[in-house]
Amino acid sequence: MALTRTVLDALTRILGPDGVISSPEGRLVYECDMQTFYKGAPDVVALPESAEQVEAIVRLCRRERVPVVPRGSGSGLIGGAMAPAGGVMVGLNRMDRILEVDLPNRCATVQPGLVNLWLTRAVEDRGYFFAPDPSSQMVSSIGGNVSTNAGGPHCLKYGITVNHVLGLELVTGAGERVQLGGKVADRPGYDLTGTAVGAEGTFGLVTAITVRLLHAAEAVKTVLASFPSIEHASEAVSGIIAAGIIPAALEMLDALMIQAIEAGIGAGYPKGAAAVLLIELDGPAAEVEAQAERAAAICRERGALDVRVARDEAERALLWKGRKEAAGALGRLAPMYMLQDAVVPRSKLPAIMREILAISERHGVQIANVFHAGDGNLHPLILYDDRHPEQVERARAANEEVLHACIAMGGTVTGEHGVGLDKAQKLPLQYADADLNFMYRLRGVFDPDRLMNPGKLLPSHPACGEGFRPARPRLPDGAWI
Amino acid sequence: MATVPATLGAFRGADAPDLEALRKCVHCGICVPQCPTFRVLGEEMDTPRGRLYLMRAAAEGRLGLTEALARHLDLCLGCRACETACPSGVPFGSLLESARVQLRRHGPPSRHRLLEALVFAVFPEPRRLGALLAALSLYRRSGLGRLVRALGLLRPFPRLAAMEALVAEVPRPVPLPAIVPARGRRRGRVGLLTGCVQRHLYPGVNRDTAQLLALAGYEVVVPAAQGCCGALDLHAGRADAFRARARALAAAFPDDLDFVVTNAAGCGSAMKAYGHWLREAADLGAKTRDVLELLAEAELPLGPLALRVTYHDACHLAHGQRVRQEPRALLRRIPGLTLVELPDSDFCCGSAGVYNLLEPRIARALLEQKLARIAATGARVVAAANPGCLLQIASGCRAHGLDVEIVHPVELLARAAARAR
Repeated sequence: MALTRTVLDALTRILGPDGVISSPEGRLVYECDMQTFYKGAPDVVALPESAEQVEAIVRLCRRERVPVVPRGSGSGLIGGAMAPAGGVMVGLNRMDRILEVDLPNRCATVQPGLVNLWLTRAVEDRGYFFAPDPSSQMVSSIGGNVSTNAGGPHCLKYGITVNHVLGLELVTGAGERVQLGGKVADRPGYDLTGTAVGAEGTFGLVTAITVRLLHAAEAVKTVLASFPSIEHASEAVSGIIAAGIIPAALEMLDALMIQAIEAGIGAGYPKGAAAVLLIELDGPAAEVEAQAERAAAICRERGALDVRVARDEAERALLWKGRKEAAGALGRLAPMYMLQDAVVPRSKLPAIMREILAISERHGVQIANVFHAGDGNLHPLILYDDRHPEQVERARAANEEVLHACIAMGGTVTGEHGVGLDKAQKLPLQYADADLNFMYRLRGVFDPDRLMNPGKLLPSHPACGEGFRPARPRLPDGAWI
Repeated sequence: MATVPATLGAFRGADAPDLEALRKCVHCGICVPQCPTFRVLGEEMDTPRGRLYLMRAAAEGRLGLTEALARHLDLCLGCRACETACPSGVPFGSLLESARVQLRRHGPPSRHRLLEALVFAVFPEPRRLGALLAALSLYRRSGLGRLVRALGLLRPFPRLAAMEALVAEVPRPVPLPAIVPARGRRRGRVGLLTGCVQRHLYPGVNRDTAQLLALAGYEVVVPAAQGCCGALDLHAGRADAFRARARALAAAFPDDLDFVVTNAAGCGSAMKAYGHWLREAADLGAKTRDVLELLAEAELPLGPLALRVTYHDACHLAHGQRVRQEPRALLRRIPGLTLVELPDSDFCCGSAGVYNLLEPRIARALLEQKLARIAATGARVVAAANPGCLLQIASGCRAHGLDVEIVHPVELLARAAARAR
């Protein structure tokens, strides 16, 4: 749909000409997030600098019945920050300030466009950090992390985004600016903060976030262990958890992933190993020392080829750089990939890895694996070249089978990336109609006109739609929703 | 051999961006927060990821060579911080340069036509630049400069005002001999690029470079007839002019040199890319070294300098040539010198060749950020290995009354070496 002149003029009045992008080139670059498979350009991009402007935009869009799509850094993997039904995309990058740092109360209030890592950068010299650390933390915005309830390598010990959000300022789809939660814990009434985290923009737009800050641990040790097979590495993971150790992070990478990382970043992962475990322990120095030794011993007992401890902060930082930029480094191996995000019970890791290998062979596609082994959150990356339609087809089929295999083993359809357009149609695999209907009704409280990020998160299932039919997404041929 | 002009979407003929290189971008966005124009403008079209997406759309025929495409590519400073950030190894700098060549040949006319014509008629021509600077010097000394500023005559012309504010004084020329003999144990024979801006505005840096190289054991050859390396032309997409300059420069240096040395990061970065653009100058490109690379390998007698110094990474040294540790290691070798790290030291200062003249608003915003970080270090001296950065940061310090000295690292090394004798 093309926007009317009225809407464009009104947006320009709210934001000034520099805050409104309607050129074909501008709309083009906002047509997808990191998941370039899903494309949908907005009719216009609005770049507000204040909560008041966000409120005015939402009210305007509600009056004019125009969809509103929020976008942070566009580093999401689920087709969340794209506009399948056109409308106004609200880019929040200009709202990137830290509004308050309150160290005595261990919290900070930030605007949604702030890059995740910048918050830790701002408080680390005083010994604090912001715990949720999605691998995209050097680019993803805290608003985006809140919207998708992002996880990260360290959520094994520290919990996911929702565990670190104390309060939100939200402009609802009805155009009201409301305060959910706040600095002080134990507030009376509903936990609306928890409800709104992970809403992926379907409740409205978050304009301020109060987050918990943690004191950095006294000591950190990072252990890298390489294994002759995924099974051996998985056994070691089970062994470490069974020993009562809860590492801050417990990551597994397979041979193909290691190859990409070493080509792209040169992080010092042992080439040739079938799998490596990156184990990070933090806490009081004496405890960390003892746990690192114990974890290393367990790895050796389970057949590790090599176990080494990062000697200094530089080596540790390099190992993590390799892990966190793994998905980016895959550009070295193939022009495109589909990144799956699913969970299996941890005990099923060896079985699902065998199944993924079989799927890869059956469809003749390469699948690289990097995952949060500690909580069974898989990230198979299925490589393909989008210039060859039959490769796209094979990758898509493999991607579907991986997801179904995870569900068959008692897993879930998404771990930490969110639902977006990518997984909306998969929710019925997870939830009963009654559960989904309840979610629709809840969404209606926040967004009565269903204009907030339409087509995302909730499936367009006629049986549970309350008569709700989202606008037909404008998708490229072959999109698999 | 007649070649059929190839087409690649909107790109045609020679020097089209390499589609395979464009396709290396997996759209992860890790480059985005590292991009200076993103930090100022906060919009996707002016990020490396957005620019690559636009270039790819042009290469795939989804977008023509439009004015808006040209604008977003023009706004890029070419700092290449995105290349340092990129885990996929996208060669952003050369893609940008190719796209600019295409835009210049087949795209809409540039919006800075007149100013560019002036810049390219003067800057890469050492003699003309010398004449312009002499005139500027006269303008300053006659008191006309103060009058113009007092009356605000340049206010309606921000780009001229930017040019006027950049140069405080024009130093006396420092003639260099054609050959500076090596001292002590001989390490080799090198050529010295004297540069365009460097030779007129920082002749002392060239003198110090030659002397330090001699002290390190190099015989230094300084051809009098050398011209410009072509970096400015390359960054502006003037491929033909760039190639002509590269060819002429290759011819100006004798063949028997071990290295050709530059003390200007922008020149070194462009020269090291010669091999990508033309065969005739590939050898010169392969022999090119920044002076700090060579000095870091050599022993230098250095006396004490009790100074608190911070180091600004010139983009074309840190991102363009991946030279980061050598300058720091050299400065740390000076007894008594305290090196304080500058936060985001490799974030562009806004100079970027002639960008600060063409896009003063963004350049100034970046300069303000840089100055705030410099002030916070408490350093009295800022070292930077590129004349553009030196000019830009110095002009900012003057405007803010910030009392710091801006020097090329070789100036500090030369001072320390003088104390050792």
